[in-house]
Amino acid sequence: MKHIDEYRDKTLVDNLIRKIESEVSRPWTIMEICGGQTHAIMKYNLLDLLPREITMVHGPGCPVCVTPIELIEKALILSRRENTILASFGDMLRVPGSTTDLLSTKALGGNVQMVYSPLDAVQLAIDHPHMQVVFFAVGFETTAPAVALAVSQANIRKIDNFSILVAHVLVPPAIQALLSAPQNRIDGFLAAGHVCTVMGYEQYIPIAEKYKTPMVVTGFEPVDILFGIQKTVHMLESGVVGVENAYPRSVKKEGNLPAQALLKEIFEIGDRNWRGIGPIPGSGYHLREKYRRFNADLLFDLQGIEAEEPAICIAGEILTGNKKPFECSAFGTLCKPEKPLGAPMVSSEGACAAYFKYSITEKN
Amino acid sequence: MQIMCLAVPGKIISIDNSDPELKMAKVKFGEITKDICIQWVKDVTEGDYIIAHIGTALSKLDEADAKATLDALNEIGGFEAY
Ligand code: SF4
Repeated sequence: MKHIDEYRDKTLVDNLIRKIESEVSRPWTIMEICGGQTHAIMKYNLLDLLPREITMVHGPGCPVCVTPIELIEKALILSRRENTILASFGDMLRVPGSTTDLLSTKALGGNVQMVYSPLDAVQLAIDHPHMQVVFFAVGFETTAPAVALAVSQANIRKIDNFSILVAHVLVPPAIQALLSAPQNRIDGFLAAGHVCTVMGYEQYIPIAEKYKTPMVVTGFEPVDILFGIQKTVHMLESGVVGVENAYPRSVKKEGNLPAQALLKEIFEIGDRNWRGIGPIPGSGYHLREKYRRFNADLLFDLQGIEAEEPAICIAGEILTGNKKPFECSAFGTLCKPEKPLGAPMVSSEGACAAYFKYSITEKN
Repeated sequence: MQIMCLAVPGKIISIDNSDPELKMAKVKFGEITKDICIQWVKDVTEGDYIIAHIGTALSKLDEADAKATLDALNEIGGFEAY
C-alpha cells in the first residue's frame, strides 16, 4: 500500500545501513521512546543490521506498560460493578493487576467491552441508557485527542451515563526525567512520530538544548526508523544539538492545532505515576474541573485505591533503558506472554514481549 | 484493537459532512474500510491519504514532503547526501 511499501524497501534499508556505517566513529546509545518503534525494530531485525557501535535502548513509550497498577485495579473494580460497562482497548485486557486481569474478570462475568475508538464507547452509552459506561482512557498524546473528542461529544449530546478513567501520560516530562537521572547513558533520541504529529516538536527543542542531546522525529516503518537513526548519528558525530524531523510527511513543527485546542479544553496537566518508574511531575492529563461529571474516579469513589507490583519484575529498569529484558531473572521462565508478570510482557510494543517474540536473549 | 501509537495511513474513499461538529469519512486501510473522524485535518478530499489512530485522523499525508524524503533517501544510495 502507498505510504507504507516504499518505506520497507530493501535497497533503501541497505543504503541507510551503509551510510550509518560510514559515519559512525565511536559507540553511541540511542533510545527510541515509542513502543511501536521498539516492535518494528525487532520485527525487521534492525538490531542485527546496525553497526556494533550503535546500542538501541527501548524507552517507556508503551501505554500498556506504563499505566499504573492502581488504575488497573480501579478498572477491575469497575468491571465488577453492577450496571456498569467497562469499555477498553483490547490490549489492556491482559495487563496484570495485583491479582488478576480484565480478561479473567470478564470470563467470570465482569462486564468488559472491547472498543476500537473512544467514540464507540460513547455509542455504547447511547445504546445502554440504563448502564454506566466507563471508558479506560490510557495512552500518550497520540491517543488523548480521540478521548477528548469523545468527552466533548458526550458533553454536547448531554449523555449522562458516560465517563472516563483517565490514565493519559505525556512524553516530554518522561524524556526530561530520563535525561536528568544520574545513571543516564542516552546520547540521542528518536522522538515518536505520531505523538509529534499531534503535538508538533517545538517543546522538544529546549530539552534537546538543555541536555545537549539530539532528537530526531521518526516514523514507524523500517526505512523511517533507520533514517531517524542515521540523522541522529550524523548529528552526534558532527556535534549538532537540536531537533530534526525525519518524518515530515506526517509531522509539522506546530503539530495538529485543532487537536491541541481540544486537548487543552478538556484536560489539564498534572502529575502522573508511571508503572515501574514512579511519579513524574507534570506528566499526565487530568480532566478539568468543568468536566468533572465525566471523571470516573470521582463518580465511583475510586480515589485512594492502591496496589503493589510483583517484586521480581524489573520493568522500571527496562522502561528507562538501564537493563535489557533478558537481564530479568523471570524473563522467559516465570514471565512469558501467555502469563505475564509485568506489563512490558503483555503488549507487542512492550520491550519484554518483543524480545521474547523475536528470541533476543543477548546483545546483538 | 491496539492503542500503541502505531497510527496507520489510509486512503479516503468518501466524506460525510452531515454533522459539522463531527466530520466523518470512509477510509480504506489495505483491505479494511473504517469510519474515521476527519474533523481535525484540513482540506482533505477523496483519494487523499491520512494517518489515523483509534478512529481519528491525525494528519493528512503531505505528498510533497513524502517525495522529498524518498528523493533524499535515494540519494543516500549514492552517498551524496549532506
Ligand atoms: S520479563 Fe516480565 S518480570 Fe521481567 S521485567 Fe519484563 S515484564 Fe517484568
